Amino acid sequence: MNITVCIKQVPDPNQPYKLSGTRLDREAVQPVLDPGDEFGVEAGLKLAEAHGGEVTVLSMGPAKAMEAMRRALSMGAHKGILVSDEALAGADAQATAQVLAAAIKRNPFDLVIAGTESADGSTGAVPAMIAELLGVPQATFAKQLEVKEGTLTIHRQTQEGYDVVECALPAVLTVTSGVNEPRYPTFKGIMQAKNKPVEQLSAADLGLSVAASQQVAAVNPAPARGQGEIFEDDGTGAARIADFLKNAKVI
Amino acid sequence: MARIWVYAEMTAGGVVEKTALEILTKARTLDGDVEAVALGPGATAAAAILGEHGAKTVYASDDPVYGEYVAWPASHALHELTKEHQPNLILFPSTYESRDVAARLAARTGSTIMSNATDLLGASSAQTAIFGGSLLVDVTLEGPDPKIVLVRPKSFDAEPSGGSAQVVPVEVAIPDAVKRSKRVERIVAESSGPKLEEAPVVVAGGRGLGNRDNWKLVEELAGAIGNAAVGATRAVVDAEWVPYALQIGQTGKTVKPRVYLAVGISGATQHIVGMKSSDRIIAINKDAEAPIFQLSDLGIVGDALKIVPALVQEVKSRKA
Repeated sequence: MNITVCIKQVPDPNQPYKLSGTRLDREAVQPVLDPGDEFGVEAGLKLAEAHGGEVTVLSMGPAKAMEAMRRALSMGAHKGILVSDEALAGADAQATAQVLAAAIKRNPFDLVIAGTESADGSTGAVPAMIAELLGVPQATFAKQLEVKEGTLTIHRQTQEGYDVVECALPAVLTVTSGVNEPRYPTFKGIMQAKNKPVEQLSAADLGLSVAASQQVAAVNPAPARGQGEIFEDDGTGAARIADFLKNAKVI
Repeated sequence: MARIWVYAEMTAGGVVEKTALEILTKARTLDGDVEAVALGPGATAAAAILGEHGAKTVYASDDPVYGEYVAWPASHALHELTKEHQPNLILFPSTYESRDVAARLAARTGSTIMSNATDLLGASSAQTAIFGGSLLVDVTLEGPDPKIVLVRPKSFDAEPSGGSAQVVPVEVAIPDAVKRSKRVERIVAESSGPKLEEAPVVVAGGRGLGNRDNWKLVEELAGAIGNAAVGATRAVVDAEWVPYALQIGQTGKTVKPRVYLAVGISGATQHIVGMKSSDRIIAINKDAEAPIFQLSDLGIVGDALKIVPALVQEVKSRKA
């Protein structure tokens, strides 16, 4: 089974973000492999272990994104493709999907895996766009998954519970956080990752010229909520909250 | 004049997803002709409520194919309708279903697609909130029509205006080639008490509770208050203390209760976007520097494990 896992390097989502001009300041915060993508890598590795085949990690990003790529390779992925091009800085969902789909298409694939959305952009649109561009079905928001005899079956998160959704491979799959337990890279894995092949491509290599289709017109502070009253608990905290609830007429 | 479409997602129960009505309420204030597209069982009947909320025309099909297969048939039909009627802007609810439909459509049309809009500024301009809602970003949408925008739930209040819509049946043939992501079964999770998105009070817990055993404190407090739903942060869901259905935030649900009570929640951006519009916010947290306090009407800096049991007693005595 040929599995491609899409990953993204993002500024550590556990740190506060800042702007540089109208773009996210990617220098201010330590870049990491998007924590949501670790579940995608793990899902790919598990399937390859069960069904045979290779896991290719695919990313679009600056040269520095190689660190996130190595992290995924050290978990056990076999090889990588990094599309890196200054012309792609600030790429929106449309451009990103076109680039990733074009990179995937160059090789035979059975399954493309991604997280549900990136921790920084949070558009959540790219995986289903890739599915459309590749002409394959999508199985998104999986909280459980199984591949059997060429059919992918997932439990797909819904507002009310989940749906059982199935489709024949090839397909695009997105996994929610918690779908599995991502492994930690072993020392051996980290050493091996340094020698695993990573193909580097430009937009031109993919025959693409993409342009951003969204412009930031203005950035303004949101109207502040009136700062309320903050108390150090001196034993009366519970009573204060209960009074507040009573005044709000909810008890 | 711009032609603005709202994708009126049909739920499993055959009614319109509420966010679509919220979007229509806002869309009718924009400079444009507002129309809706409803696909799936119940769509034709839904034209009445869509008309009341501002749609002048509803393109409707009751074909069950739209429920039986995820996203692809709907995006296919929308694409065909788009070629015929040429809308300038299509607005989608930010839901699991609509996100896939919008994305597949955008890949076909090559249009720009913007997610997480929290306000609409015109036929090619929308606003989103970043960094936990502390900054508002106005975005200009460029490139070919239709521009595609996903709007977060509860960005607007749904209010009927008393209008009515003309129904135009959708007669797009759905080829087998797009019937490939099959919905075999729908499972509705058992839950007690009011729905998280509709409860007047939400008691939400975070990692500050320490461990899974302490989660019962959140449930006891919600039980004591009554008519309160329990919610959680992503960290708690990822740690598998509670199911994903309780998650509030960017990747979870958006709530807007009369009172939001945050227990052991620091206030990460990912969580705040799902609850910041609550009428009143109360927070209990050990860390006086926790960002949640900046949003709070009442904040208590202290140990939730001590305060919550005391609060349960206080609430009970005030209700007695």
